Amino acid sequence: MSDQETDTEVTEPAPPELVHGAPVTRSAGQEVVHPDRAAYPGVMEALRDDGFNMCVDVCAVDYLTRPARQLPDGMVAERFEVVVNLVSHAARRRLRVRVQVPESDPEVASLFPLYPGSEAMEREAFDLFGIRFSGHPDLTRILMPEDWEGHPLRKDYAVGRVPVQFKAAPASR
Amino acid sequence: MTRPPVTAPDAATAATSEGAQELHRRAATHPVELLREEGGVLRLPEGLVLDPGDMNVEVAEDETMIINMGPQHPSTHGVLRLMLELDGETVLRSKPVVGYLHTGMEKTQEELMYIQGSTNVTRMDYLANFFNETVFSVAVETLLEVEVPERATWIRMLLMELNRLSSHLLFMATNGMDLGAVSMMLYGWRERELVLSFFEATTGLRMNCNYVRPGGVAADLPDGWRPQVLSICEAILPRLDEYDTLLTGQPIFQERTQGVGVITQEAALALSATGPVLRSTGISWDLRRDMPYMFYDQVEFDVVVGTYGDAFDRYAIRLNEMRESIRLIRQIVDLMPGGDYRVQDKKVTPPPRARIDESMEALIHHFKLFTEGFKVPAGETYVAVESPRGELGGYLVADGSAKPYRFHMRDPSFANLQSLPVMLRGGFVADAVAVISSIDPVMGGVDR
Repeated sequence: MSDQETDTEVTEPAPPELVHGAPVTRSAGQEVVHPDRAAYPGVMEALRDDGFNMCVDVCAVDYLTRPARQLPDGMVAERFEVVVNLVSHAARRRLRVRVQVPESDPEVASLFPLYPGSEAMEREAFDLFGIRFSGHPDLTRILMPEDWEGHPLRKDYAVGRVPVQFKAAPASR
Repeated sequence: MTRPPVTAPDAATAATSEGAQELHRRAATHPVELLREEGGVLRLPEGLVLDPGDMNVEVAEDETMIINMGPQHPSTHGVLRLMLELDGETVLRSKPVVGYLHTGMEKTQEELMYIQGSTNVTRMDYLANFFNETVFSVAVETLLEVEVPERATWIRMLLMELNRLSSHLLFMATNGMDLGAVSMMLYGWRERELVLSFFEATTGLRMNCNYVRPGGVAADLPDGWRPQVLSICEAILPRLDEYDTLLTGQPIFQERTQGVGVITQEAALALSATGPVLRSTGISWDLRRDMPYMFYDQVEFDVVVGTYGDAFDRYAIRLNEMRESIRLIRQIVDLMPGGDYRVQDKKVTPPPRARIDESMEALIHHFKLFTEGFKVPAGETYVAVESPRGELGGYLVADGSAKPYRFHMRDPSFANLQSLPVMLRGGFVADAVAVISSIDPVMGGVDR
């Protein structure tokens, strides 16, 4: 593994490095691809065809209170970010994909047609962040109750906003 | 893709329904979702549109019945709720409904300092606590660019392998119980207690140990740990052979598990299954070997792989992984180096208690660490280890303060549960118990 890493680092051209048209950065030694929202489904499909045969994880981050972060030049930082972790079994390689999702229209394409295993993870991101995944067959809440209001992992959703509820107590929402 | 209009449910359904998370009648389900619930793994070529009329023409709506299994069912490993559409005894569709144990631990993590964080993560997948703590600690150390002493890493490996042992022993116990082999339950619990008593001697707690912390581990191994660990190995190894006699070769157990809950390689890969679920299909993928972390490249072990992808294979994989873990533990005991068990960086590690009485500086460091915590430079990283259930990953975003900006745990049980509809399709309700058990989900990890 360490041999492979040094190999790729030596042969890499000077920046801007691109993977399927999307700029690449490195974070603590890990490769991160930054497609924009429009290119995201295409890049993912190309990566799947490259041999990234498993979508290990999909999660989201809300950068509301800390907008500064490491991004390639020219990429506009938005409030939300969808983070996808891919693995290639053949190449024994990991790749992370980060997509910027604006607050005004929090919607990205679903990975479900490419990686059916992203289904529950996208539901979780929808549930906790309110990011919609277009093309997802069953975009419902997964962890929170059905009638919950708000998306708890957003930074403007305060801890302790909802008091501990007992059956007899009047509804707080 | 728009959802077909949901037809008005009758009064009884409306009174008991909890909403859209549930399994719905066929007419009210999106065709893609319907196929998924039936256990189809979807990789539709471009332009192909599903016609709901194509599917299940033979199933008349009034001949099937949708029932709940759980969340209070004894064999759902906690609070997993499974909705099943049945035609007589046969499962046609199924949908796991989760979230009953959700306590917002990822939100809590954002409110805890790094130094407190491992108390929280250890409670996520509560049967694999050392894995959770290690993922969190390694992620923090990566961003801190702190190199932990070798001994600390070996201690982590030792405890993780012992933890794998205890987790798989619990699987043996619950799997036996689910299938009616109650003596197996007692044996599994008995052996697990051996391991847990070592955890107690080392960390002070049987479970939720909060022992692995950013910078190393909380305390050194106790005196006499070496003979204690070796005697655990000595005691458990022959008992694994007893399990073989009790279950592996037993016709009733084989009947209940062989050919039950089958999943193909393609489906397991597509559904992001990892760990024994993936390996049962014959895919040899173990992060310890394929993407070595810590010192797993310095020890010898075999990756156990199945063939048929059924419940029996998953059982056999876990049983043999215990033998491999014992092999690993013995090597780790031999290779355990001396030295420090945590990094001697005053900004990260609290000073020893005795130093506080003599040194003003130590007192200040102690005070600062426990009131303000240490700050982690901004950045993001993903760390993954092979937990007993598959790939346990932690995605940490730091913003330069003393608290994580975001910490997401990729829990293997959460992903593996997506394979359930595939495994259950076409089987009997009675087998559902065996199949759920063979995935070995831990709801604390699923719901976090």
